[in-house]
Amino acid sequence: MHSNTFKAFLTILFSLFFATSFADSKDPSEDEKPFNASELIFHHIGDSHSFHIAGDFSIPLPIILWTDNGLVTFSSNEFHHDVDGKTVVEKNGMKFVNLHDKIYQLNEGASVVSLDAEDHATNAVKPLDFSITKNVFSMFLSMALLLLIFLFAARSYKKSNNNMPSGIGRFMEPIVVFIRDEVAIPNIGEKHYKRYMPFLLTLFFFIWINNVIGLIPFFPFSSNLSGNIGFTLTLAVITFVITLFSSKKYYWKHMLWMPGLPVPMKLFLAPIEIIGMFVKPIALMIRLFANITAGHVIVLSLISLIFIFETVWVAPVSVLFTLFISVIEVLVVAIQAYIFTMLSALYFGQALEEGHEH
Amino acid sequence: MDLIKPELGLIFWTALTFFVLLFILRKFAWKPILGAVSDREEGIRTALAAAEDAKREMENLQADNERILKEARVEREAMLKEARELKDKMIADAKEEAQVQAGKMIEQAQAAIESEKKSAMAELKSHVAGLSVEIAEKVVRAELSNKDKQLKLVEDMLGEAKLN
Repeated sequence: MHSNTFKAFLTILFSLFFATSFADSKDPSEDEKPFNASELIFHHIGDSHSFHIAGDFSIPLPIILWTDNGLVTFSSNEFHHDVDGKTVVEKNGMKFVNLHDKIYQLNEGASVVSLDAEDHATNAVKPLDFSITKNVFSMFLSMALLLLIFLFAARSYKKSNNNMPSGIGRFMEPIVVFIRDEVAIPNIGEKHYKRYMPFLLTLFFFIWINNVIGLIPFFPFSSNLSGNIGFTLTLAVITFVITLFSSKKYYWKHMLWMPGLPVPMKLFLAPIEIIGMFVKPIALMIRLFANITAGHVIVLSLISLIFIFETVWVAPVSVLFTLFISVIEVLVVAIQAYIFTMLSALYFGQALEEGHEH
Repeated sequence: MDLIKPELGLIFWTALTFFVLLFILRKFAWKPILGAVSDREEGIRTALAAAEDAKREMENLQADNERILKEARVEREAMLKEARELKDKMIADAKEEAQVQAGKMIEQAQAAIESEKKSAMAELKSHVAGLSVEIAEKVVRAELSNKDKQLKLVEDMLGEAKLN
């Protein structure tokens, strides 16, 4: 019964996905131009200052800018869905335009943005943009969901008299125990793993839930947060910093002056090891970003096939393949969250390693 | 390319969200959940150990019981044997005692008989003596009443007595 509910859920999910895709293609501005698949795809996997729901209907999100004259906030509604820099919003004596979902501040004296051949603004600067974009909104949503799930889960332990969880806690406990027994303990070791458990658990569930949110193709989900390089960069940097702060003498000795090797070899290996130190978090960043973005791109490309071939007969094929890819994606998003967490744990374990015989 | 250009705003919000989540979840979710899980595991471990202990104790107890039973059986056996021996000894003792007692009684009886006999004899003797004296008296009296006879007798006796 449960699996049927799940199937029904998936069906609704994908049909809605197609519905929204259709809605996009019916956009009047795109009717005039020939269909541009890459534009559509990049629009979908990129960030946005408003949350598009269906057709012409979108939810405006707040824009928060840090300019030379201090903080400026206004609703993205004031751009009237314009992303071509035509609508100029004036605040505190500064003029702002939205160019491809990036907010530009026009230079002193300019009243219209002027573009160069590559569509870049020539007479405007980008202020620091702390807006609640679609991705940030989605991140807050994920935070709320995580808090809801885990505070309830934690409460179910307190309510029981024998430490047995109930409800959502019963579902989450095996995953928490999995992270502890299969990720933290084997990679970090019995001695230190407890200190890293909160980080690893938060990391895993944060990535996973945002990956899943990215898979659900309708409001208030459908963002591509974990496929955004800023997101993965931040998490990778946090992992990197924790690795550095955890590191013991042996870690540095092993990296800078590899024991048990002839001196020329040591000199040769040291730069490689130092590069490796930075490559690890960069690999983390790119792996998650690329995997999630690729999943979105594939699904969007399959849907775009219908419009590229301009025939509805491609639709069944697209739908079938999209379903296939989406089911794989359900797996991939969990695996990617797991891999990110596991590699983080592995790096902590390496940093914590004490000297041992070679 | 926009795709691989990280946005400062998103980095800021990601870091903020992540640390807020980490802080709240660590305090209100991970600590209680992991604590409960490890408590339960500890509980299971101790319960298993206790069960194992109880089992061992049970086995010990059973062995003890068997040993005690065996000991009791041996003791009973020994007690029965002792009792039997005691009984035999008592019987033997009683027999001996009875024999001694009987011997003594017989002896006493014999002694009593003897003394009775003796006293009876003594009495008889005294009776006989009295009787004899009486008879003698009577005889003597009768004899003496006849003076002639007496004189004759004395004469006879004098005649018989040879004077050297």
